Amino acid sequence: MHIEVRNLNKQFGDFHAVRDVSFTIEKGHLIGLLGPSGGGKTSILRMLAGLETPTSGDIEFLGKRVNDLPPQERGIGFVFQNYALFKHMSVFDNIAFGLKIKKQTKEQIRERVMELVELTGLKGFEHRYPHQLSGGQRQRVAFARALAPEPQLLLLDEPFAAIDAKIRTELRTWLKELIERVGITSIFVTHDQEEAIEVADEIMIINKGRLEQKGTPWDIYKSPETPFVAGFIGESTIVENVGAIRGFEDATKIPGTKALIRPEYIEIGKPGEIRLASAAMDGRVKHLHFRGSEWMVELEVGSSKLITYRSLEKEVLHPGEQLSVLVHRAYLFNDSDSWIMENKLKEDPMPIHI
Amino acid sequence: MNFMFRSRWWSFGFRSTVMLYFLLLVVIPIIGIYTQSFSLGWKPFYESVSDPLAWKAVLLTVKLAFIAAVINILIGTMIGWTLNRYKFAGRRLLNSLVDLPFALPTAVGGLMILLLLGPNSFVGNIADKLGFQIVFHEPAIVVAMIFVTFPFVIRAVQPLLEEMDKSEEEAAYTMGASKTKTFLQIIFPSMLPGVLSGGMLAFSRALAEFGAVVLVAGNIPGKTLIASVFIYGEIESDNSQGAAAVSIILLTFSFIILWIVSRVQARRSSK
Amino acid sequence: MKKLWIPLTYSIFLILIIVPLARILTGAWSDGWNGFANALSRPEALHALLMTGLITIVVTIINTLFGVMLSLYLVRAEWLPEKLKQLLNSVLDLPFAVSPVIGGLMIVLLLGPNTALGALLNDVGISIVYAFPGMVIATLFVTFPMMVREIMPVLQEIGTSQEEAASTLGAYSWYTFWQVTWPAIRWGVIYGVVLTVARCLGEFGAVLVVSGNIINKTQTATTLVYQDVENFNVTAANGVALVLAAVSVGLLLLMEWAKKRKEVH
Repeated sequence: MHIEVRNLNKQFGDFHAVRDVSFTIEKGHLIGLLGPSGGGKTSILRMLAGLETPTSGDIEFLGKRVNDLPPQERGIGFVFQNYALFKHMSVFDNIAFGLKIKKQTKEQIRERVMELVELTGLKGFEHRYPHQLSGGQRQRVAFARALAPEPQLLLLDEPFAAIDAKIRTELRTWLKELIERVGITSIFVTHDQEEAIEVADEIMIINKGRLEQKGTPWDIYKSPETPFVAGFIGESTIVENVGAIRGFEDATKIPGTKALIRPEYIEIGKPGEIRLASAAMDGRVKHLHFRGSEWMVELEVGSSKLITYRSLEKEVLHPGEQLSVLVHRAYLFNDSDSWIMENKLKEDPMPIHI
Repeated sequence: MNFMFRSRWWSFGFRSTVMLYFLLLVVIPIIGIYTQSFSLGWKPFYESVSDPLAWKAVLLTVKLAFIAAVINILIGTMIGWTLNRYKFAGRRLLNSLVDLPFALPTAVGGLMILLLLGPNSFVGNIADKLGFQIVFHEPAIVVAMIFVTFPFVIRAVQPLLEEMDKSEEEAAYTMGASKTKTFLQIIFPSMLPGVLSGGMLAFSRALAEFGAVVLVAGNIPGKTLIASVFIYGEIESDNSQGAAAVSIILLTFSFIILWIVSRVQARRSSK
Repeated sequence: MKKLWIPLTYSIFLILIIVPLARILTGAWSDGWNGFANALSRPEALHALLMTGLITIVVTIINTLFGVMLSLYLVRAEWLPEKLKQLLNSVLDLPFAVSPVIGGLMIVLLLGPNTALGALLNDVGISIVYAFPGMVIATLFVTFPMMVREIMPVLQEIGTSQEEAASTLGAYSWYTFWQVTWPAIRWGVIYGVVLTVARCLGEFGAVLVVSGNIINKTQTATTLVYQDVENFNVTAANGVALVLAAVSVGLLLLMEWAKKRKEVH
C-alpha cells in the first residue's frame, strides 16, 4: 500500500511528541522507524494505525485521507510490543479472531489459520494458550494474528524488544524473509540500529519528534544529513579540536566546527607502515581491548582521543607504543552546517586531470 | 447488533445515562443533606448542633470509635502478620473468616454480641459479679465497633506484607540486626501505611456504624446514645433538619478521613 | 514469638467470630426445632425474607449493570478529562464513608412525602419513601462503590493493548467488550456481585430509615431482627438471624472461591 504522510503533529498536553513529520512509503517496502526511546516513533506508528488521533496533519493510504477512519476500517495489521495476545483464547482462536469478524465460514477460517500456523512454524501449538508459549512463539502468534485478515499494511511496535538476545537475530531474519514472501508493506519501530540496518529496506531516523533522515541503511550510514544521525548510526568519536588532526586544518576556518570520526575512517600503522605518510600524524596507543574478532584500539593524538579497530592478523600492538595515524575522512559539523570532508593531504599535490 | 452499537447516539445515550445515574444517586443526595441542614439558616443549625444531647452523642461516638480503631490496629497488625508469616493448621480457614464481619448483616452482629455478653449470659453474669456492666454500656458499643471493623486493618496490612521484599529483611539479619530490631526498623515501617489507612478506615466505619450498635447500646441519651442512633431518633421524631445538622458533622468527619486515606494510598502507588 | 502469636490469633478469632456465630446457632435452637420453625413461619418473617430477597435481586442487577459501565468509563473513556475522572473516582467512595442512617435520611430528605418531588410523585400514585422503590434506592446508594471498586483495578491491570489489538483486527467496541474485555473481568464482576448481595442482605440502617419498618409491608429481614430484639423476643430474632448468618457464611465461601478464580485468570 502506498502511504503518504504530511505535516503530522501530535501533542499530549504540553508534550510535543511528533513535530511536522512528512514522508511517503512505496508499496511493498519494509521500513524501520529508528531512534532513541521516547522520540515519538511509537506515536507515529499508532497514528498510522488509527489508535491515536493526530493533532494536525494528513495521513493518506492509496491517495485517500484516512485521518477520520477508525482502526477497524484501515485494513492494517498491528503487532504490539508485548504482543497483546488474547489471554483466554488458544493460539487458533487468536489467529482466527480477525477472520471471525469478517464473517468468513468455519471452513475458510480453518484453512487460513492452518496456513498461517504452517507459515509461522507453530504447527502443533494451535490449542495452546498464550501463557504456555515461549516469547518467540508468542511473537509468531502475534504476527500470524495480524496477518490473518490479509491487511494492506503491517505495523510492528518494537517486535523484538521482549525476546532473548540469542533468538532475536534468528527471528529477525525469519521476519524479513516472511514479509518479503507475503509482499506486504511493513513499518516497524525499533531503538536498535543493528536491527534496523539488518532488516529494513529503508530507515527513518526519528529524534525528539522530528524525522531526521529517511533513506536506505547504506545511504544513511554513508552520508548522514544531521549530526544526530551521524552520531546515532555506527560508532564514532567526536573531536572538538579539529585543527589538531592532520589533513583537516582547513576546517578550523569556521569557528565552533567539530569532527565526528568513525573507527573505519582511521588507518593506523607502525611508523613506515602507512603509504601516504605525508597525510598521517603521530599518535600513541592508550589502551587495547580484545573484542573477540579484532582489537579495539584507543589512540591518543595530541589532546584528542580516537577509536579504531585492528585485525588480529596484524602485528600485536602494546599500550604506550608510538604509531602513525591517518584519518581518511571526517564528518564535520557546526551549529549551522554539516558536511563530509576527505583528508586534504591525501590528494596528490599535483593531480593529473584526464 | 454490531452496527447499532457503532452508532454515536447509542454510545452517547449510554454515557449520559451512566453519568446521570452517578450524579443522581451519589452526588445529589450528598449536596441535598448539606443544603437541608442549613435550610432554616445558620441559627437553627447552630441550635441543633449545640443541643447538649447532640454534641454529647457526637463526642461519645468519636471517643468510642477511636478506642475501637486503636484496638483494631493492635490486633489487626498482629493477625495480619501471623496469617502471612507463619504456616500453621487452620491458617487458610482463619484467613477466610476475616471477612465474615463484612459478609454478616450488622444487625446479626449486634444480636450476637447481645446474646453473648448480655444479661443472663455467661460473660454477663461474671462481669455483673465483678461489678461492671457491659451490655447497654460503653464496653458493648466498643465491642460492636471492633467486630464490625475487624477486617479493615488486616486486609490493609496483608498486601504490604506480601509484596515486601524479603531480601531487605535478610540484609538486616546479615548485618547483625536482631529479630526485634529488624521488625521495628525494617518491617514495621513498610507495614505502617497499611496500618494507618486500615486504622482510619476502621475509625470512619465505626463512626458511621448503626446496626450493630443500636442493639447493644441501650441508647440512653447523653450516656450511651451514639451519633447515628441520635440521628435515627431525630428522623423518627420528624426533626429532619436537626438530623441533617448532626449528619453533616459526622459526614464531614468521614470525608476528611477518606480523603486522607486516598492521599496516603495515592502517594504509595506513585512511589 | 511464633509460639505466642499463633495461639493469640486463634483466641481472638475464637472470641470475636467463632463463639458468637455458634451462639446464634444455639440461640435459635434454645426452644428446640419448633421454636426455630415457628419463628421463621410467622407471616411477618416470611414477608420480611421475601422483601429482602426482592431488594437483593433488583439492586444486584442494577448495580452490576451500572457498575460495569461506570468502571469502563472511569478507566477507559477518552471523552472524560483526566481531572474529572479523578474527581469522580474520589466521589465514588463517598457512600462508604456515609453512615447508612444518613444515607437513608438523604433519600427521605429528597424524595419524602414532604418534599416537592415526593409530593409530585405521590400525586401520580408513586410512593418512594416508606415503600419498595425507596428501599431499593437506599440499598443502591449503599452498595454503589462495591462493583466499581472490584472491576476498576482489573481493567487497569489488563491495560488497553488487547482491546487495541482487537480494534486493529476489525472488531468494534461491542464485540471487543464481549470477546476480549469481559473474559478478563468476569471473575471480578462475580466477586463484586457476591459482595453486593452480601451487603444487600445485611443492609439495615438505610433501609430502616427509608422503609419506616412497617410489618408485612416494608419490613426486611434485618429490620425484623431489630424489632424482635426491641420486643424482647430474642428466640424469634435468633431464627431469622440464623438464616441471614447462614447465607452470609455461604456467600463468604463463594467469595473465597471467586477470589481464587480471579487470581488464576
